Amino acid sequence: MDAKTFWQRARVRSIRDLTADIRLFELEPAQRFIAPAPGGHIDVTVQIDGRPVVRSYSVVGPCNDGVYRIAVKLLPDSRGGSSYMWSLQEGAKLTISEPGNHFELFRGRPDYVLIAGGIGITPIYSMALALSTAGARFRVLYACRDAADLAFADDLRGLPGTNLETFVASEDQRLSIPDAITSLAPDGEMYVCGPIGMLEDARSAWAASERPIERLRFETFGNSGRYPSVSFTVKLPLLERTVEVAKNQTILEALEAAGIEAMYDCRRGECGLCALDILEADGVIDHRDVFFSEDEKAQGHKLCACVSRMAGGSVSVDTGERR
Amino acid sequence: MADKTFPLNAWYAAAWSHEIEHALAARKICGKDLVLYRTEAGEVAALENACWHRLLPLSLGWLKGDNVVCGYHGLEFNANGRCTHMTAQKTINPSAAVQSYPVIERHRLVWVWPGDPAQADPAKMPDFHWNDGTEYVGEGGTYYSLQCDYRLIVDNLMDLTHETYVHAGSIGDENITETPFDVTHTDRTATVTRWMKGIEPPPFWKKNLGKPGLVDRWQIINFQAPSTICGDVGVAPVGTGAPEGDRSQGVHGCFLAAITPETETSCHYFWNFVRTFKTDDEDLTRAINKAHVNPEGTGLYDQDAFVLQEQQKVIDNNPRMPFYNLNIDAGALWARRLIDRMISDESANLAPLPGEAAE
Repeated sequence: MDAKTFWQRARVRSIRDLTADIRLFELEPAQRFIAPAPGGHIDVTVQIDGRPVVRSYSVVGPCNDGVYRIAVKLLPDSRGGSSYMWSLQEGAKLTISEPGNHFELFRGRPDYVLIAGGIGITPIYSMALALSTAGARFRVLYACRDAADLAFADDLRGLPGTNLETFVASEDQRLSIPDAITSLAPDGEMYVCGPIGMLEDARSAWAASERPIERLRFETFGNSGRYPSVSFTVKLPLLERTVEVAKNQTILEALEAAGIEAMYDCRRGECGLCALDILEADGVIDHRDVFFSEDEKAQGHKLCACVSRMAGGSVSVDTGERR
Repeated sequence: MADKTFPLNAWYAAAWSHEIEHALAARKICGKDLVLYRTEAGEVAALENACWHRLLPLSLGWLKGDNVVCGYHGLEFNANGRCTHMTAQKTINPSAAVQSYPVIERHRLVWVWPGDPAQADPAKMPDFHWNDGTEYVGEGGTYYSLQCDYRLIVDNLMDLTHETYVHAGSIGDENITETPFDVTHTDRTATVTRWMKGIEPPPFWKKNLGKPGLVDRWQIINFQAPSTICGDVGVAPVGTGAPEGDRSQGVHGCFLAAITPETETSCHYFWNFVRTFKTDDEDLTRAINKAHVNPEGTGLYDQDAFVLQEQQKVIDNNPRMPFYNLNIDAGALWARRLIDRMISDESANLAPLPGEAAE
């Protein structure tokens, strides 16, 4: 599906810290600039353990000056993409793709509620800018762990027409998604970008509201779970193999590194192509995908190898390969 | 200048209103494949004509209520292009959608905006009210997929000296080539005005004026960028004040064109000829329609269509051959300049960046 993607070199024009662990990068493309749409992203080739790996980052703002901006949160549990980005200095060279969009903003709705959790603010911020420019009616609800984490909040407060509310967990402020839905006009749309727990809450609250499913739009970052990322063991009894999954690695990556073939496509927990049959789970399954329903996750028959993991322990799976 | 031949950020006619029912209709507009249909509430939807999943044209599927069902694996998309059903799974991939295009239904036509939806401003709709069927009366038609660059039609209509040659024997008239014309323009329009004063009226106008003697004849052709044209044409008895603005003693009508690029070398040509005289005469309406386009291919526009397509064939075979321009092309050249300006305005966003060269 990405066969026609245009890749080019880009130079890190500037680097600026927005918070203690969120860093804004300005990337100047070498060949051509294609304006991103709100909610869009660019893919960036990062180096992890000396290997090139592609990571997607939401583009921040409309970038009218022909420079892509991305904000990267340094994640101690990350798979290595954020620590690579944080190692870069101004003037560094990267390979980037043209903008894509899996989280498109639909224009002309009578009302919007935009919900961000943590670094999920990046596409939400771009959407808020676009809606403000269009004179649309919208609210931004922004949840964070600490007040110091609220990147872009000051910019959002300055936007015409923005109704920003922040929810800081360490100050016991809780965002109620059901309340957000109740106050949304009947034909309004809700856009959510945040950790998987927030998306699951949004999906169940939306389903309970009986609003049309397509008016809830969401995107996740594919690496947030209900539990911290730790190492664990994947057993493949039919192949008589055992693979260790490091804390900064996905099951899919560990399988690939071990030369075990698995199917996949999106690598962000949406398409379901990488789902593996679980034969036995010794520990808690940390489902991090948006492909399976809540019921399916509770049943625990399958997991998405590209994002989901075990909160320790081990899991026996069948990749479908037969000898 | 620009390699592109048409702007995308514009309203283009895609169908006559009566052609779009609660059924799937495929159209290619500005190189984009669309599927159009009317919802149960009567609104027109325009979606990308390719299923998100495996790109089968959605027009090969069917409607289930207001949702389009793909005929391959049953994915469903609503009138906004959002996927609402994904086969054999309990959730929906959140990125699943097909592009939906802004639509306005106005002046008996369905117009779509193939460019950036955020810039789809209803205020940018061309004025085409002559086609409403209220003040003016007439029944037109469409050449779908006419095999020529849409700008060749603009050239054709902005310079009516061709009538003398292409339409010799009907409306062709030496007075047209012998009378000078004025060209005016604004940032979005170009107008060619020609007054032929004190001439013998051509047969069509003599009959419909119903008065003896010489006439003042006018052709006032107004182009709105990128591709709609209204040609105000008529006659009034000489000396009754028509050139000064009093047309009360005369008769007039308008030839209308909404021209939509299909590809760079083909277009859809929505045409009409509307009039304010004998508006109850349905036989006259049919006769005028037939005089423009008929199954025998002898209509005025059939003659134009032949010329335009032959021109395109030569252009295709001689891609570097320049057009030479004559004085008579002033109106067309203004029209093309306005089109080029729209194209360069919208490609300003895509300008290559200064900065390092490719490594």
